[in-house]
Amino acid sequence: MSLDPATVRRIAKLARIRVDEAQVEALRTDLNSILGWIEQLNEVDVTGVEPLTGGTQMALRLREDVVSDGGIADAVLGNAPDRNGEFFAVPKVVE
Amino acid sequence: MAYTIEGSTGPWEVVVGLEVHAQVISQSKLFSGAATAYGASPNSQVSFVDAAFPGMLPVPNREAIAQAVRTGLGLNAQINLVSRFDRKNYFYADLPQGYQISQFEHPIVGTGVVEIELADGSTKEVGITRLHLEQDAGKSVHDQHPTKSFIDLNRSGVALMEIVSEPDIRSPEEAGAYVKKLRSILRYLGTCDGNMEEGSLRADVNVSVRKAGEAYRTRCEVKNVNSVRFVMQAVEVEALRQIAVWEGGGEVQQETRLFDPNRGETRSMRSKEDAHDYRYFPDPDLLPVVLEQGWVDGLKAALPELPDAKQARFMAEYGLSRYDAGVLVAEQATALFFEGVAKGRDAKIAANWVTGDFFAAMNRTGRTIEDPPVSAAALGQLLDLMADSTINGKIAKEVFEAMVETGKGPAAIVDERGLRQVTDTGAIDAAVDAVIAANPEKVAEYRSGKDKLFGFFVGNVMKAMAGKGNPALVNAALKAKLG
Repeated sequence: MSLDPATVRRIAKLARIRVDEAQVEALRTDLNSILGWIEQLNEVDVTGVEPLTGGTQMALRLREDVVSDGGIADAVLGNAPDRNGEFFAVPKVVE
Repeated sequence: MAYTIEGSTGPWEVVVGLEVHAQVISQSKLFSGAATAYGASPNSQVSFVDAAFPGMLPVPNREAIAQAVRTGLGLNAQINLVSRFDRKNYFYADLPQGYQISQFEHPIVGTGVVEIELADGSTKEVGITRLHLEQDAGKSVHDQHPTKSFIDLNRSGVALMEIVSEPDIRSPEEAGAYVKKLRSILRYLGTCDGNMEEGSLRADVNVSVRKAGEAYRTRCEVKNVNSVRFVMQAVEVEALRQIAVWEGGGEVQQETRLFDPNRGETRSMRSKEDAHDYRYFPDPDLLPVVLEQGWVDGLKAALPELPDAKQARFMAEYGLSRYDAGVLVAEQATALFFEGVAKGRDAKIAANWVTGDFFAAMNRTGRTIEDPPVSAAALGQLLDLMADSTINGKIAKEVFEAMVETGKGPAAIVDERGLRQVTDTGAIDAAVDAVIAANPEKVAEYRSGKDKLFGFFVGNVMKAMAGKGNPALVNAALKAKLG
């Protein structure tokens, strides 16, 4: 697999990371070598092997349905760059 | 007759599939212990998990999973004993994680089926493709400030079920019937309150059009339609728009659109051009959901009687028509009310009173079936008074209105107002004689063959008796005396 510059720009856009045109080629090279390294896994024959879902044989832990959290609006809003009353305030996003 | 839309090039068939988002009834959220109650003050029901603070980990709510399984069972669907949570990545101000935890490749519920009933009495099966669990996003408020949007994360992380139908729906009516039926099943199951005004149930409507016998053409998705009526309108206006595009020589582009109920049109959502590149991948914070068959069986055994089964039982047990039974089972509380009235009584009369005078009184007074204008027990007592000839049907309506107005029992009202039916033949004969004596010409006409005048005499006798005459005795006395 080899990425072209357009795909690099698209990945950056989807990730909301600003990439200067001058950086695209260097990033493309980096990403390609990362992908190449990962692609080595394709050399392993995994026919009949169930996908691994975690490093341990643990079962998913579930919670009972009780209200045990919340009521901490000030803490939740504490690090927000901007707020209005009990709301987070962000630059206007309108369709 | 299949529904088609007539274009300039002939008839077009409409193809619709629905994705319904149903908010799960649970005390706490899908992955956190914050509350789910509607209408709380902003950000008061938010944990650090819901606000996506660094390092916070999701822990699934067992009840939310049970609710999804119950819903799957109610939709006659395959329950997948192994399912998985995935991340659906996109950026929006009310999605603090930058991804929604959803189920993409391995949903908890697979294929099922819902039967809908149409106005002409026919039924149709609509296939269910899948049901999966996912998190709701927060709420953005755009109209409070000129340059800022306000974000409330109370809804962030609340459990939703996305229920996807097959493209089996072929008309606005079928789309409406499907949403109503789905809503009814969810409410019976107690897995979603179905409140469309509060957004607990909302639909994305996928619409395409085609000529008879063709393969599917390109579809468009109309997002977030929040009433049954709007779903039906959205299907129609979007189909008309697409027909105009095709017939104008153009090509329908696959896209996401918004329905504007005020203008009765759909509009393109241009900003969503990248929206379908969600880069799903398994959520590394969550292990697969593994259910035991015994647990699923236990949930199944505890399910209530669902609308279809109840409707069939009402038809068999009470001899009701399919239509009446359908009206009575649409809401569980209505069915329960009806059974309270019908038990040990004439079920057809009970059904007529519940769907007639009782529903009318409920609408007029703005009351609900949970807080009815007349209790089932009181309405039953009223029917008993008719059954034992204490009052006749006409007086019963008057008593019923007095019950709605005063909240008193029917027997008390009948006694207070002296409405007891007159079965004394002496009194009836006297009233009949007086009416005959006062209308000699009518009597002559009647005797010369104008049978229709019989109603005139009945009406006048009843009027003379203030409506309280026993109708059968009045009829008999008139027949005898008029000859």
